[in-house]
Formats: sequence, structure tokens, C-alpha cells
Amino acid sequence: MGTTASQLPKESLSEYQELTFLTKQEILLAHRRFTELLEGDERNHPNPRVPMDAILTLTELKSNPFKKRICQVFSTSENRDGSLTFEDFLDLLSAFSDSATLEIKSHYAFRIFDFDDDGTLDYGDLEKLVNCLTGETADTRLSSEEMRQLISNILDESDIDKDGTVNLSEFQHVISRSPDFVSSFKIVL
Amino acid sequence: PHPSHFSPGDEDFQENHERQKHKGKRRNGERPKNKRENQRRQRSSKSVQGIREESQSTTERRERRRRRRGKEGEDEEEVNNDGEVRPELLSPEELEKLKEAVDEKKKLIQSLRGKPWPMKQKLVSLRESQLFVEKYEGALGKGKGRKLYAYKVMMTKKWKKFQRDFENFKTACIPWEMKIKEIESHFGSSVASYFIFLRWMYGINMILFGLTFGLVMVPEALMGRPYGSIPRKTVPRAEEAGAMDFAVLWDFGGYAQYSVLFYGYYNNQRAIGWFKFRMPLSYFLVGVGTVAYSYMVVIRTMARNANESGVGDDNSFNFSWKMFTSWDYLIGNPETADNKFASITTSFKEAILEEQESRKDDNIHLTRFLRVLANFLVLCCLAGSGYLIYFVVRRSQKFALDGLENHTWWERNEVNMVMSLLGMFCPMLFDVISALENYHPRVALQWQLGRIFALFLGNLYTFIIALMDAINLKRKEEKVVKYNITMWEASLYNGTGPENSTGPPVTIHPADVPRGPCWETMVGQEFVRLIISDTMTTYITLLIGDFLRAVLVRFLNHCWCWDLEAGFPSYSEFDVSGNVLGLIFNQGMIWMGAFYAPCLPALNLLRLHVSMYLQCWAVMCCNVPQERVFKASGSNNFYMAMLLVILFLSTLPAIYTIVTIPPSFDCGPFSGKNRMFDVIQETLESDFPAWFSKVFSYASNPGLVLPFILLMVLAIYYLQSTSKSYREANVELKNKLQMVTQRLDNFVLLTSYGSDFILNA
Repeated sequence: MGTTASQLPKESLSEYQELTFLTKQEILLAHRRFTELLEGDERNHPNPRVPMDAILTLTELKSNPFKKRICQVFSTSENRDGSLTFEDFLDLLSAFSDSATLEIKSHYAFRIFDFDDDGTLDYGDLEKLVNCLTGETADTRLSSEEMRQLISNILDESDIDKDGTVNLSEFQHVISRSPDFVSSFKIVL
Repeated sequence: PHPSHFSPGDEDFQENHERQKHKGKRRNGERPKNKRENQRRQRSSKSVQGIREESQSTTERRERRRRRRGKEGEDEEEVNNDGEVRPELLSPEELEKLKEAVDEKKKLIQSLRGKPWPMKQKLVSLRESQLFVEKYEGALGKGKGRKLYAYKVMMTKKWKKFQRDFENFKTACIPWEMKIKEIESHFGSSVASYFIFLRWMYGINMILFGLTFGLVMVPEALMGRPYGSIPRKTVPRAEEAGAMDFAVLWDFGGYAQYSVLFYGYYNNQRAIGWFKFRMPLSYFLVGVGTVAYSYMVVIRTMARNANESGVGDDNSFNFSWKMFTSWDYLIGNPETADNKFASITTSFKEAILEEQESRKDDNIHLTRFLRVLANFLVLCCLAGSGYLIYFVVRRSQKFALDGLENHTWWERNEVNMVMSLLGMFCPMLFDVISALENYHPRVALQWQLGRIFALFLGNLYTFIIALMDAINLKRKEEKVVKYNITMWEASLYNGTGPENSTGPPVTIHPADVPRGPCWETMVGQEFVRLIISDTMTTYITLLIGDFLRAVLVRFLNHCWCWDLEAGFPSYSEFDVSGNVLGLIFNQGMIWMGAFYAPCLPALNLLRLHVSMYLQCWAVMCCNVPQERVFKASGSNNFYMAMLLVILFLSTLPAIYTIVTIPPSFDCGPFSGKNRMFDVIQETLESDFPAWFSKVFSYASNPGLVLPFILLMVLAIYYLQSTSKSYREANVELKNKLQMVTQRLDNFVLLTSYGSDFILNA
């Protein structure tokens, strides 16, 4: 279950291969990258947990506008601080891997976009999403009028039952038609 | 306690949790302790079902046993305290049910990786299912045929492990993975898609190379007659002096021409070597096989892409897709990320504007006129380039008649250089002309691609027509040479004695025998030269256009009046579509020429290998990320479709020449035959049993082939109409869904404001 000092036991390896979409080399590489993020003394801990700030230093996540949400979604910590154990890290890589199915990618994408964790994407979530996508600087943000227009267009398209929010099945319906989603929703170490 | 990180929408887990709460004491005499209670809450519902089934069957069995006890007086409990089942005492249906439970568990294990649960939960479920399967699978095997069952189980396990190891091995074998990943993180997925395409092409060429090298070149080299033994394999006396010169070799003359690289070297002996390798048959079949394999691979990839991208519902989810799928998660470089942010913002703003504005087409007449003008200019361009190529090829034929030594290097290589230069400059011209048209950038890109496609196609076909002229010329020459040879042979025997005497045979050195002009080798040589010059042009353009430009911009920036990096010329962007088109056309030329020059796939393999490294280096070193990022997505199938068209168009000339033109009389594996495909007929007659050729002759009867073709056309028509009806049904269902929700809304509105509404209406 946990990782011993910088060596992954063989049966854990085969279990992880069974439970994720990753190949053996990818799992070993993930293990190596993960232990690099640990402080020296933590490496001997049976089930080490890496704080969110350390995870965000990975090059693959550094420039991602959703990096904090990704950490929070995959984290299993009690106090919801976004820290990840090795198994959470594997879950993350498996969902973002090349061979993951559309269902699992869309499920996790929904949870990442659901900023307030209430199970639906409402106006506030969509607004935060747009702000993430348009960058941090003031001149690239949309005006509130444009924002309102954009979000109402989106709800027109995706909200089938017209309740003002996008739930998981509506989201998956929209995503399943997109030709780009599977190829862009990918992170490879 | 409900674990906090499960969203309430996670129905699977909720259902399971409910079932857990209502689970009674199942096991015999087992009282759940607190810790075990907590553990059980995390089990998957399927596992509960499985145990429930198992315990259901045990309770049934217990009932039946009690009923039977009276009859037979059996006292033993078949189910002991651990809940273990002894299957030799089970009836067949119960055995069936147990098997089903085990199979269900196995399916659960397979599906675990696709479930959005955290790893801990998956691990628990996996271990439990595995325990269950092991316990009962072993037990199941204790009935009859147990040895066979156990063997089957062991083989399945080994097979699964082998499959998994093979998958791991396959992914480790994929070349250039790290390089492409680096490019992806710097430039995004559209630039990387070019390199992935390049790698895929490399794979195809590897197979083609394997076929031609292993089945054509190697057998002839190892088992055929060696160099110098027969006239076709020897450099003629006249050319011997310069046969080793570098200039001649670079032009693929001299020793390069008289080798396994070209068609002319091959002997027409029916079987060579100690195990009777059928060389001519192999040559023909490899030629057909390369084309067939290419078709298969391209169509299979197209089908796979079509499945993934779903029905092309292009515009109904415009905004949602922009929102949810526009970020490229592979980007790992802050500069690229900034570019991406800017491009996303621009696309949002544009899309909002487009949606808001009513289409104010002021000056629609001016726009239309300009577009017609632009198309006219493009047509002129295409016609001009076609005529230029034709003119140049005729000129080169005239030069060839004069003898090539009298002309400069340019005049000798005129055709290839002109074609390459046209391929370089005309697209730029098209780009400038398209500024007149004022299209949306994505539409403009498609027009540009279409025009470049037409340009390359026109050039290639003009080249082929010119080549056909050259072939006809050579065939006329061949007749003359044949006549001359009979005269020459007669003169040889004149010296030894009168006509019918069988004097000692005169030994002539193969280099002195007069040779026919081998048109097939000429065709092969032309294609090889074309490809080499094309490659050189591409590399030189790359070095000058990208590298030199980057060097100049970087170092001259200090001492120049305006900012070179921000204004003109600045660093170049990677032209994805141009490069992909170039790749596709090169492949087309390979397909065209591979029958006459078996060395072409090998050459192409080398070329792609070098291209990969060179372009990877150039992209990372001299290019900047694109400002406007267009998704390579739907273009995937667009490029595949182009590849398919090129494949079809390239194989046409080769097929035409094989079917209509008789092979040369003294070179190649088909010399002496009437047509090249006669080799099939001969093989059928001599190598196969008699009934086989009879069956074949029936099968090739027009009376059978025509109805078959008709049947296939009908099948295509039927499939097309069903697909259309499915699409229409889809649209209708969508509309119905909208209507139903609308009605639901109205109903809610009516009932909640019922009386007020009616009163005020």
C-alpha cells in the first residue's frame, strides 16, 4: 500500500498496473519523480504525503491554470489541503494518461471545473473557469458584459434541462462530441 | 460517515452505502465487529452482490438438504463455518451460478481502472475480488474435468501477464517519445501532431522497406547470378570508364544503376537458389503487397479517427468546447502558456462578437468580386506552373538526345530543380493572393491547403506525362536495338563458319553485348533523382529560411534600426500544414516509383530518420510558438483523406504501365514476357495443382465478377442510406428532448402560478 524507502514492491507494482492506465515504466518514472519531491527524512515514511506547493513545482503542472484544482480533486487528505500521496499521484496520472477512457477523463474534468464542489457547474463556477483561462493580467480578462454574454451562450448550448447549471451528464454529453478533448486533456511525465 | 471527498453525485458509492446499511448478518454465526464493519462499508456493491449470491445459493442448498435429510438421513452440513463450498456436492445450476459470480468478479477487476474512485478504494475492491476469484476458481476446478479447467485458468493468467508485458514492451519501443514530449510542452499539440504523423509514416516505411529489402533485394543479391555474369548485370563497355565517378554515382548511373537498387538488374530466371525462390513472382507480389498494405493501414487509421471524433457536430457546441476543451494540458512552458492564454482570450472575444453582430455584409459585391479575382489568379498560377514543367521536360529530352555531357549542371538537373522551386515559391504566392479574399483564418487555411494540394498534384502529373513521352521514346529505341542485335549476332557467327554449322560458341564478355534501353530503370532513376532533389531543397530551405533567419535576427538586432525580433522578419513559426503536405507528397512519389526502384523505401526511411532529428532540432532552436493556434483535430482526418487520395493517384500510373506496356526484352525480372502480370498466369499453371487454375479461371470469368461488383455497389448504397437515417433519427431525438424539457418547464410554470395566470390572462 505505501511505498518503502525509494523502492516500489513488486506486488504493488502489479496492482497499480491493474488499476491504472499506466504502463510499468510510467509507474516507475512517477515513483521516481514523486520521491524527488519529498524532503529527505520523509522518504522513509511508509505513506508519504507531498504538500501542494511541492506538487505545483512539477514542470508539467507549473503552467497549468487549473493546477490547484487538480491537486484538490485528486487529494485524499482529511483537511482538503491539496496534498497528494503516491497513490493519489498515480490516480492523477492515470486519469490524464493517453489510454484513459473518455468517461473517466470527463468525470475528472467535471470535478476540476466544479470550483465549489457542489456537483454542478453554476454561474460562479463558469465565471471562475473563464477567468482562469484568460490569464492573470488585467488586460486579458473579459469585461463583465462579455462574461455574461459568454456564460449565457454556454448555458444555452449545454444546459439541456434548463435549470441554469450544467450537471455531470450534460457535461459528458457536450464533451463526448468534442474531437479535441481527449487529445488535449493529457499530462505525460 | 460519508467520506468527504466523494461528491454527492457519485451514485455508485451512494447506492453501495445504502446497501451496506441494510445488510444483515450473512455469514454463519459471524457477528460483525466494529473494525470489520468499517472495512465492509468500503466494499464495492458488486462484491456484496457476489457474496449475497453465494450465500443465497448456500441457503437454498441448506433448504434442499434439510428436505432431503429426511429421505437420505444425511447429517453433515455441506457448508462449514467458513462459508466454504464444496462444489462436488453442488448441483449443476448452482455450479453455473458460482461460475457466473466468478466471471462477474473478473469483469469487475477488468473495469476497475475505469472507475473514478480513489486508489485506496480500488485497491480494497481489487484485493477482495481477487481473493474471491482465487478461492472459488480453485474450488470450481475440483469437479469433473478439473485438470483441464485448472490448466485453462493457468493459461489465461499467463496469457494476461504476457499481454501486459507485451504492451509495456511496445510502449518502450516507440522511438522519439521524449523528443516529441518536449516539443509538445513547448509548442502545444498541433505542432507535435506533425511529428507524430512523421513517426507514423516512418513506421509504414519501415514495413515497406522490410518487404522490398527482405523479399526482393536480398534474394537477388544472395542467390541470383553475381555482378558481371550476364549482360544486364554489367556496366556496358562504353560507360565503364566513368562508372565509379562520384558525379555519376550521385546521378544514380554507373555501378549504382547496375545493382539491386533498380529494376534492370534482376534476372528473369523463374526460380533461383537451392530452395527455388520464385524471383519474378516475388517481385510482382511485393509490388502489389506494398500498395495493398498501404491502403489497409490508411483506411484503418481513418476509420479509427472517425470513430473517436464522433459525429461532426461542428457548430452546436462552439462556446462550450471553447470553454471546456481549449486548454492544452501538455503545455509545460510559461511562454507557450502565455501565448495560449492570449489566443484563448482572442477567440472568446471574437466568438462573442460574431454571435452578437447581425451579419452586416457591407460591400458584399466587392468581397465577391475580390474572391473571384483571387481564384482566377490562382488558376493562372497553376496553369503557368504546369506549362513551365512541361516545357522544361521537353527541353531536357532534347538535351538527352544531344548527349548529356555537353550541358551544364543546371541544364542536366533542370526538371527537378524547377519542380522543387515551384513547390517552394508558389505557396507563398498563394498566401499573398489570399489576402484579397478576406476569409476567416480557418477557412483561409483550408483554401490554402487545397490550392497547394492542386499545385503539387498538377506538377506531379505533368511530370508523369513527360515521363510517358520518354518511355515511348525508349520503346522505339528498343525496336531499333533489337534489330541491331540480330545483325550483330549474325556477324559474330559469320566468322566461324557457314550458317548451320555448330561451331564452338563465341564467348563474348557481357560488357560488350549491345544493350536495349531499359525504360523501367530510367523511370526508377527519375523518381530517385526527384526525391533526392526534393529532400535537398527541403533541408536547404530549412537551414536558410529558419536557421539563418534566426541567427540574423538574433545577432543583427543589436545594430539595426528597428526591432528585428518584434517586427519584420522576427523568428519563424512552424508551418504545420505545409510540412504535412510535403510529407504526404513525398510518400506519394515513393508509392509511384517503388515498383521500378526497390531502393526507394530504403531511401525514404533514411530520409525520414534524418528529417525527424533535423526538424526537431530546428523547431526547438529557431521557431517560436504560434500566435494563433488552430487545433489539429478535425484536420487529422483531413490529412488522412489527402493521403488516401494521393495513394490512389500514385498507384494509377504504376498500374497503367504494368498493364499496358510490355516489359523490356533484356532487363528486369519480367523480360521476355508479353505483359508483366503474365508471371501470375505462369505460376498458376506450373506451380499449383490443375484444379486450382480451373477454379481461378472460373472466378475471373466476367459473368461472375460483374454480379459481384453489382452486389458490392448495392451493399454500399444500403449502408449509406442506413447511416443517413441514423443521423436523422439522432437529430429528431435531440429536438424531442428539447421539446420535452420545454414542456416540462411550461408545466412547472403553469402549476406554480396556476390561478394567478388564469385570472390575469
